[in-house]
Amino acid sequence: MTDAPLPADQPFRVSMLVYDRRYRSMTFQVIVFILVMALAWWLVNNTIQNLAAQGKDFDFGFLFQRAGYDIPQTPIPYTSDDWHLRATIVGLLNTIIVSILGCVAATILGVSIGVARLSKNWLFARLMTIYVEIFRNIPLLLWILIIYAIFTEIMPPPSAYRGDDPAWSKILFDQVALTNRYTAIPALGMTNDPGTLDLGARITVNWAVIAFLVVIIGGWFTRGAILDRAQAIQDRTGIRPTTWWINLAVMTVPSLLLIWYFGLHLLAPELQGFNFGGGINLGNAFVVLWLALTLYTGAFIAEIVRAGILAVSHGQSEAAFALGLRPNKTMNLVILPQALRVIIPPLISQYLNLMKNSSLAIAVGYMDLRGTLGGTTLNQTGRELEAIVLMMLIYLVLSLIISAGMNVFNSRVKLKER
Amino acid sequence: MSKTSARDDAYYRETMLPPEPPPIREAGAVKWLRENLFSGPVNTLLTLVGLAIIWFLVSHFWDWFAHSVWNADSLAECREIIAATWGEGARGACFAVIRERWHQYMFGFYPPELYWRPLLAFGLLMVALAPILFSETQQIRRIVLVVSTIATLLFMQVLGVPAIAFLLGAIIMIGATILAERHAGWLLIFSALYPLIGVFLLWGGTLWAPLMVLAGIGLGWLGWRLVAIVSPMLAVIAGILMTLVWWIGFTGEAAGDLQNLLPMGITPVESEKFGGFLLAITIGVAGIALSLPMGIILALARRSDMFLVTSLAVVFIEFIRGVPLITLLFVASLLLNYFLPPGTNFDIILRVIIMVTIFAAAYMAEVIRGGLAALPKGQYEAADSLGLDYWKAQRLIILPQALKISIPGIVSTFIGMFKDTTLVTFVGLFDPLKGISDFVRANFAWKGIYWEPFIFTGAIFFIICFSMSRYSMYLERRLQRDNR
Repeated sequence: MTDAPLPADQPFRVSMLVYDRRYRSMTFQVIVFILVMALAWWLVNNTIQNLAAQGKDFDFGFLFQRAGYDIPQTPIPYTSDDWHLRATIVGLLNTIIVSILGCVAATILGVSIGVARLSKNWLFARLMTIYVEIFRNIPLLLWILIIYAIFTEIMPPPSAYRGDDPAWSKILFDQVALTNRYTAIPALGMTNDPGTLDLGARITVNWAVIAFLVVIIGGWFTRGAILDRAQAIQDRTGIRPTTWWINLAVMTVPSLLLIWYFGLHLLAPELQGFNFGGGINLGNAFVVLWLALTLYTGAFIAEIVRAGILAVSHGQSEAAFALGLRPNKTMNLVILPQALRVIIPPLISQYLNLMKNSSLAIAVGYMDLRGTLGGTTLNQTGRELEAIVLMMLIYLVLSLIISAGMNVFNSRVKLKER
Repeated sequence: MSKTSARDDAYYRETMLPPEPPPIREAGAVKWLRENLFSGPVNTLLTLVGLAIIWFLVSHFWDWFAHSVWNADSLAECREIIAATWGEGARGACFAVIRERWHQYMFGFYPPELYWRPLLAFGLLMVALAPILFSETQQIRRIVLVVSTIATLLFMQVLGVPAIAFLLGAIIMIGATILAERHAGWLLIFSALYPLIGVFLLWGGTLWAPLMVLAGIGLGWLGWRLVAIVSPMLAVIAGILMTLVWWIGFTGEAAGDLQNLLPMGITPVESEKFGGFLLAITIGVAGIALSLPMGIILALARRSDMFLVTSLAVVFIEFIRGVPLITLLFVASLLLNYFLPPGTNFDIILRVIIMVTIFAAAYMAEVIRGGLAALPKGQYEAADSLGLDYWKAQRLIILPQALKISIPGIVSTFIGMFKDTTLVTFVGLFDPLKGISDFVRANFAWKGIYWEPFIFTGAIFFIICFSMSRYSMYLERRLQRDNR
């Protein structure tokens, strides 16, 4: 499709804007630009007129007014005297918390089920297929409502745990109590509490958390350095020094020392008066949303994992066996790296979907971003336009961050073509 | 030669041994069990876990299902019947709620005497889809058409329908079946007209409105023909312009005037009356039909080599894909009246359909872009070397292949969109899952009934979505052109 050079003697005519392929795309783009600008002007103009007619303006000042409502689950300190802005941040943090926990749990569940579907065991593989098909073909909203009904209708009130011969007993080694309002889980206690660091704005972080973060990140980098050194020695001498136990020690020993130093232990929830105390009481709205998102997205991830593993041709594992690699090495060095390339791009969009689906919190009353900024704040201040625009922008930024982060990971595992 | 030698050697066997059955461990059910369920310790453990899961489910839910009651007027009556039949303390499902309220789950608050209209619209939808979806063999088409004709007419008869409407429906459906036997292609005309017929049947009102919309298309065609003498490119623009000007500026008024002049029409039904699966299917089908072409255009725009077009498409797609559908539905219900000229107030279902379509189209565009990217470069070069222009190349060579590759993605977008129609409950519409169930539970007789409505609506969603995914598998197999 090489364009013929423009004949010098041919004068420019207006019709060439349409019929000459050199100018046509320019003409078309100008038309599109004018149309889009006209549409934007029309929308903005309408909005200005409508706002003026209602005596409103476009102003985000409402974020700095007193919120005046309570939020059941607050990751940072919050009272109803705080600004709407702080309520929005609390909602955003709640969205992030349920999304991250949901992604982690859904990945674990999805990978297990995806592998189980490939099991040679006829019965088990069929059961997993039924699970996947049922969860994929029924709306998420139904699962949220069903699990919510299970938690509010079937679970007992805390008083059912009372007495010498209670009607219900705690599960998971006597650590978790399910009730119709919350799920009581154990909290972490410290005998040697190092105190907290004040970050300002009433946000505090315990020094122990910082210590653990430092130790774990430091351990990760040390592990990288040890592996690099081992590679260098192998390149020089051909003998790879044993690293696994050093790595294991680097990764675990400092954390274990910290656990011993701070005296970390579990505080099991105990019935105190009418409610459980001593542990952490997770509101049912959160637990239900988390469970439903996990089960639903897990089914999709299972299919992605299954398709990814099936996409690696059988010849690859046969070749690996012919080279004398043992099964676990075959899995780690041959099958997984190739399967990951197929798995990761759709996995990214599942994570994005999970984050966006967490806005269905509206069905159970979990105060996420949509519940605070797009719910109570919007209703109290009557600022529909500002609240919804801001909420959409925040969701957009979250999505872009997730896909950017996962794409970096993807570029590290994808096929290096030169 | 061998005969004689065989006779000479007395110890040779002269007859064949009858075939023995294989050892019991190597045949039949036992072999299958050993291979598939108990081939090793891990496998045996998995089998036991699987059996435990099945046992858990059956032991917890079987008696509840087995003791289901289908005839009662309230939950209390259900419980009395269960206690009377299976003894005190027995539990049971009370599906009587479905039996009593099925019409709300199906049609929402649509006037009961007009139930035949959505039903006929659904039957005609099958006719409209037949030449597109079931075009492989005449036999499949015949089965689909005959079954849907009989079912529609039967249900219409049961629900009660004016004789003239029944006759008209019967003529259209039987006529379409006969036409499909002879010239299935001609049915495509019906498919193209179906959106107008469907909207007219569902919402009712004056017959002049769809006729005037049709007139707009006719006017556009006329304009195209007239200008085509001067320049083909101008003719396309003129045709589109004339249609749009007619639709936006004159259709409503003309229909109103003609209606005053010569009243013709059926009882109008407002959007507030829509609910249940009628609402879900209306939004779903409209969204599916509209989002596919829009998604194709967006995908082509995103792969265009014009910088402005590409970047606009990227911004649009990424923006829509980055926000949850709920926020878009809130835009539809709260913000759209800010963006439109003062005093504009248009139908909530239409607004929701627009938003759902935009949402699905952004996902569709990405799926189709994947298909376009997967095509070998040689296909594009081949189209260029044949001298085809851009649209011909896309229409004849690129898109058929790209769409075929993207079928699984397209259908899962459809499935996702159909499931997402339940979210309209959050903008105040009566979806079958939450809206109608909450409404039913608000009645004292059915207060506290949770599981039965969930099971019922869940089962219907499962059937529809599962059949869509099976259909896509069938389509993939049918369109497979390479030899394996």
